[in-house]
Amino acid sequence: MGAQVERWQYLNPGKTLAETLNISHKTLLYVEGVSVTFDGFRALNDLSFYVDVGELRCVIGPNGAGKTTMMDVITGKTRPDSGYVFFGQTINLLEFDEPAIAQMGIGRKFQKPTVFENHSVFENLELAMAGDKSLWPTFWAKLTGQQRDRIEEVVTLIGLQHHLKTQAGILSHGQKQWLEIGMLLMQDPLLLLVDEPVAGMTPQEMERTAELLRSLAGRHSVVVVEHDMDFVRSIAKRVTVLHQGSVLAEGSMDEVQNNPRVIDVYLGG
Amino acid sequence: MLKAMRGDRGGQALLVLLIITLIVVPVLNLGLPTTHPWHVSTYAVTLLGKYLCYALLAMAVDLIWGYLGLLSLGHGAFFALGGYAMGLYLMRQIGDRGVYGNPVLPDFMVFLNWDRLPWFWQGFDWFAVALFMALFVPAMLAYGFGYLAFRSRVTGVYLSIITQALTYALMLAFFRNEMGFGGNNGLTDFKDLLGFSLQSDVTRIGLFIASGLALIGGYLSCRIIVTSRLGRVTVAIRDAESRVRFIGYRVERVKTAIFTFSALLAGLAGALYVPQVGIINPGEFSPINSIEIVIWVAVGGRTTLYGAVIGALLVNYGKSLFTAVFPDAWLFALGGLFVLVTLLLPRGLAGLGRSREIN
Repeated sequence: MGAQVERWQYLNPGKTLAETLNISHKTLLYVEGVSVTFDGFRALNDLSFYVDVGELRCVIGPNGAGKTTMMDVITGKTRPDSGYVFFGQTINLLEFDEPAIAQMGIGRKFQKPTVFENHSVFENLELAMAGDKSLWPTFWAKLTGQQRDRIEEVVTLIGLQHHLKTQAGILSHGQKQWLEIGMLLMQDPLLLLVDEPVAGMTPQEMERTAELLRSLAGRHSVVVVEHDMDFVRSIAKRVTVLHQGSVLAEGSMDEVQNNPRVIDVYLGG
Repeated sequence: MLKAMRGDRGGQALLVLLIITLIVVPVLNLGLPTTHPWHVSTYAVTLLGKYLCYALLAMAVDLIWGYLGLLSLGHGAFFALGGYAMGLYLMRQIGDRGVYGNPVLPDFMVFLNWDRLPWFWQGFDWFAVALFMALFVPAMLAYGFGYLAFRSRVTGVYLSIITQALTYALMLAFFRNEMGFGGNNGLTDFKDLLGFSLQSDVTRIGLFIASGLALIGGYLSCRIIVTSRLGRVTVAIRDAESRVRFIGYRVERVKTAIFTFSALLAGLAGALYVPQVGIINPGEFSPINSIEIVIWVAVGGRTTLYGAVIGALLVNYGKSLFTAVFPDAWLFALGGLFVLVTLLLPRGLAGLGRSREIN
């Protein structure tokens, strides 16, 4: 009953989402018993997964383990056949679509860096900025000084402060990845889902990305899906291993690496 | 409004040129005797007025194709619907001057033995109603179509095909006599508009100026849209639609809104076109017309707005010249032009001027 009341409060324009979001149990995201089937293939199989407030979590697993499908379910792109996904204790994410979930504060970076190539870095960040994104307010939108400051703050954080006016299309691969992370930050997200942030990066770029993601944890919850084990080791406190659509193991990097089931899967024992 | 034109040098030049034309042509037509070497014939004025309507139509297509990435192969439908709305008004103005002299019914209804005016012809005696419907009907069709298509995330070539099917279906419907829009003959034999005879030079000049002003107004409103944040969102949708969705914009609503506005501009162009050419028939819905519009835009240069205007003016001028000499070869020439532009000038004629700025 209590949960019901709070959910209706979300529809009350007087209340912001942050006031409605109930994270008193220190858990931001609940994924419980989620299954997804594509043409008979079980992409997710009774997956349960929890993310704490402010934590930095890495998700690893072989190809086809369901990492990207899990992100699709959380962000509203794919509807699961069964299971629950809650944001905080009260908001049922399965009732919302992609834009609504993004507006709530769940940001997602794609596997392939996706930025608006014909817009400048500044414009990319401007478009991503949190605010009323419906039609008329967008048409009439004017940047305030405060918003400009926020863009400059984020652009400094992602190290592109000298490229504000550069067209995003001519940025290097690594810079695009950072810009996309910057765009997520502009949304003031509570949860960042980051799919393969260091794919195709040089070791120096990787190091900077690790630094960036570590600096985000605490203020945001961050879930990183990554293949690169050295990178995962450099940032992760807790690691979740997915295999065939469900969680195989969870724990610190060392625990996970010494887990016999994980060794089996990875080394094909 | 001035801010919207900042940095758009092609557009500024175009608007200045348009304003000069709108002043000079009427002076040369009405102010000089027909024997004077500088006299512009009324025929030429009407032809120019027609081109200006095509230019407005091309701009409507560029707004959604260039800035939103939606290739509509059915924009002729919105143009024709606007034209039919104006055609209904012009038919009502004929009164009892038709061949059968019936004070209430247009000739084709007398011919079909109809005994009263269909309900959807009511109200078209008033110009304001007709003008409103010329904008409202295309906009509503586009809204309904867009709502369904964009909500279902129909994109790319599939969208192009269903827009083509839309205009084809409308063509078949309007060919039927039972539709009540004159069947395959359409609506014609118009007499006057707001009490002015359509044959008089002054009316022709008036329509020419109205078309020019509509084009200028359309240009400015498109610029205001594309320079707003909403305009940056539309380009973002064109380039990375799912990214836009995942940063919290309702892509389908943006698409529907811009598509609807584009259809409204096309309807306005049709409404101004019909009194100048003196006829509207279902042939205006034919798929080939809609494809021609796309070629004008491609020739002029996408995503510039002024390029679409240049393309529409030049291709249609070429068409007028060409069809006078080789009437049967025009479609081959048009197809050849499209291939050449695609291969040699992917950014159209406007791209010639812009390549330097970008590099």
